[in-house]
This record gives sequence, C-alpha cells and structure tokens, in this order.
Amino acid sequence: MKFREHRVVGDILELAQRYRDQNADELVFYDITASPEGRSVDRGWVARVAEVLDIPFCVAGGIRSVADAEAVLNAGAEKISINSPALADPQLINRLAARFGSQCVVVGIDSQTTPGGYSVYQFTGDPNRSHDTRRETLSWVREVQERGAGEIVLNCMASDGVRRGYDLAQLQAVRAVCSVPLVASGGAGTVQHFAELFTTHSADAALAASVFHTGAIAIPELKQYLLSQHIEVRT
Amino acid sequence: MGIDVAIIDSGGANLASLVYALKRLGAQAEVTTQADVIRAAPRVLLPGVGSAGNAMARLREARLHTLIPALTQPVLGICLGMQLLFASSEEGESGDTPCLDILPGRVARMPASPARPVPHMGWNRLRALREDPLLEGITASDYFYFVHSFAAPVDPHSLAVTDYGAEFTAIAIRDNFRGAQFHPERSARPGARLLANFLKL
Repeated sequence: MKFREHRVVGDILELAQRYRDQNADELVFYDITASPEGRSVDRGWVARVAEVLDIPFCVAGGIRSVADAEAVLNAGAEKISINSPALADPQLINRLAARFGSQCVVVGIDSQTTPGGYSVYQFTGDPNRSHDTRRETLSWVREVQERGAGEIVLNCMASDGVRRGYDLAQLQAVRAVCSVPLVASGGAGTVQHFAELFTTHSADAALAASVFHTGAIAIPELKQYLLSQHIEVRT
Repeated sequence: MGIDVAIIDSGGANLASLVYALKRLGAQAEVTTQADVIRAAPRVLLPGVGSAGNAMARLREARLHTLIPALTQPVLGICLGMQLLFASSEEGESGDTPCLDILPGRVARMPASPARPVPHMGWNRLRALREDPLLEGITASDYFYFVHSFAAPVDPHSLAVTDYGAEFTAIAIRDNFRGAQFHPERSARPGARLLANFLKL
C-alpha cells in the first residue's frame, strides 16, 4: 500500500496499547495528510497516548513552528518529526534543535530513486501535490544533520508498501554520510527483511506500519526471529 | 494531602511523561521551582532535556543551584538532570559548563562512529556494580531507554554502567543523590520498577 492509498487505522489509543504490550520499542504517529492540507495535527490525543504509554513515541505531521513542537512535547511526546515543513523552511530544524535539543528532532525524508540518483520528494501524503523537490537526497541528509537533526527516518518510496524488502543500497549510501541514528522505512514484508537490514548494517532501526497493522507480522514473532539470527533485540 | 515527590522544573519540555509515569504508580507529583515545596517534599526528581547551560541558567535563576546540593531527602536526576549532578559538563559554548558539583567529574561528549551514531538513542541493559535499593528486582536482562549525546565517565560513584562503544555511567550515586542517564518513565516495566523503588527510598 503506497502513501497515496494509505489506510485509516482504528482508534490510536487501542493500537498504542496493543503495540506497547507486544514490546514495540518506539511508536511513531504519522498524520501524513497534515502538511498538504496546511493544517496541524490535532493534539488532544497526544496527552492521552502519553498517559498510557511507557515507551518513547514520536509525533509527525504538520509541525511547522517551535510553538507547534512545544505543544506536542509538553503533552508528553518524546520526539517530533518534520518532513515537508523542513523542506519549506530548513531553518526550522536549527530553531527546534536550539530550543529542545537535537535528541528530540527527527527529520523524515521521502526519497525516490531517479535516473540521476536519489531525490527528495515533498507532500507525499497528497497524490496531487506530491513532487520531486530537485534536492539530492544525500546532500539533504548532510544538511539536516548540520542544522541539528538528531535522527533521520529515510522512507524509500519505491519500496514503500510493496513489501519486497528495505532498499538496502539506498540506505547504505545514506548511512555512509549519516552520523546520527538512521531509521529505515518502507518495504518490510517479511521477518527476513528486518534481519537483512540489520545483518548488512544498513540502518540503526527499522520502522514498519502496514505489516504490523494488518497482522502480517506480529512483533513478538519478529523479535524471536531476530534473536534466532543473533541480532540483539529487547524482549 | 502532601505530595510524594517534587519534580524540579529545569526548563525544556517533556515533564508530562514523568508525571504520568508517577501517576500510574499511584504517586502524587508536583512540578515546581519553589524552594519551600522542594525542601518539604519527601523525594525530589530532577529531570531535564535540552542543554546543560540552559538548565543550569534556569536553576540559578530560581536560586536552586545552592538549594539542590543541600537537600537531604532522596533525589533522583534523570537524563540531563543526572548530568547536572556532576561538577561540570563539556556541553555548551565554552566547552565547560559548571554544574551542581554534587558528584565529582566531568560529563563529556560521546564519540560518534559509524557503528555507534550519536545521539545514542535506544534500549540498553545495565551492568550493576553494586547493590542498591534503587535496583531492587532489576536484572541484567532488563532494557532501559537512553537518549543522550553526553555521558558521565565510570568512577567510584557509578552504581551501574552501560556499554555503547565504551562504558559510561548509567546510574550514579552519592549519599541521598542518585542519577539515571536513561529515562525510567519511558523504559516500560523495568523503568516503572525503578521509579517504584525510588518512591520507597
């Protein structure tokens, strides 16, 4: 399932608790339609999630200012993740890092393989506005780190939702210029895909959505499999 | 009814998760910078995110930089709050920010390497160097959540250490003062256990 056909998932509180009980290490709440429509995430739910969750969680979508980020962090989120707003106003990364510290500033990057290399895309939540920013992914990865990003989530668009595995070549190219934690997103379909991501050292963490939401992969089974492959995971 | 714990507001965001974690344990917490509330509290938590310089400036502004070292009840620093217990931190423009000087030593930037990116973000286990009521029921197989770029060296005040490329102090102790580099409020059941232990000190 690609972004433009993304599904509406059930009550987030119930999901949050389900993943907590399955030993997920961190949760990311994406409102991917927030940026294209020029609105911010509704934050009432952030405090409710923080009340029940005892693991870190990150909020992404429509955070365009220090004030937006502060509201989310004050409500109990560990980190905020910015994508389109960082492309529109790269200085936002500097302001967020200066105010809250790099450790809670995540920059999400939607990257597409193009004939000329890897390109950054913007507004991927909306098929009518999704477009190539003409930014080269590797240079954007360097820039966001210089500006103070403490973590990068790289969503490899060609792989996203098709469940044929993470884009290891692209992740390795990005990781070579990345000195902050790199989170791989897009492509997970089987437990083997997670294992190969870690055994090839292509990323520091794996993010997945649809395989968990649909129940195609259960987190406890995934962790057991990774352990059997001698990959250290929290159980 | 009095409070169980005073949470010192050292600036930065993200005190809510700590308040909620204490609430889940049935404890009444008050976020404050008021000297009389802090002095009277049976226990004191010193959390903190952001930078050492900003947090120390805020503590000084509230005149808490002299009050905190004089506290006699159990005190637990968390993350940056733990680092503030030390004599100084490399964090800050001068590269040497004076801190509360309750523990000797200097907090230093963690070296980044391709295998160990910084900030260090993730779940790690502890290696306890000695026994302490704070670690009651916590085992070598329990994971805790870390998010930090600076760390305290291992020294005689280290109660537990963690390895991330090199060993650093995960929990420090001196008398009634303890500090945890990780976030117990975000460390699932083991974190809740550690906070529950603190509430019993």
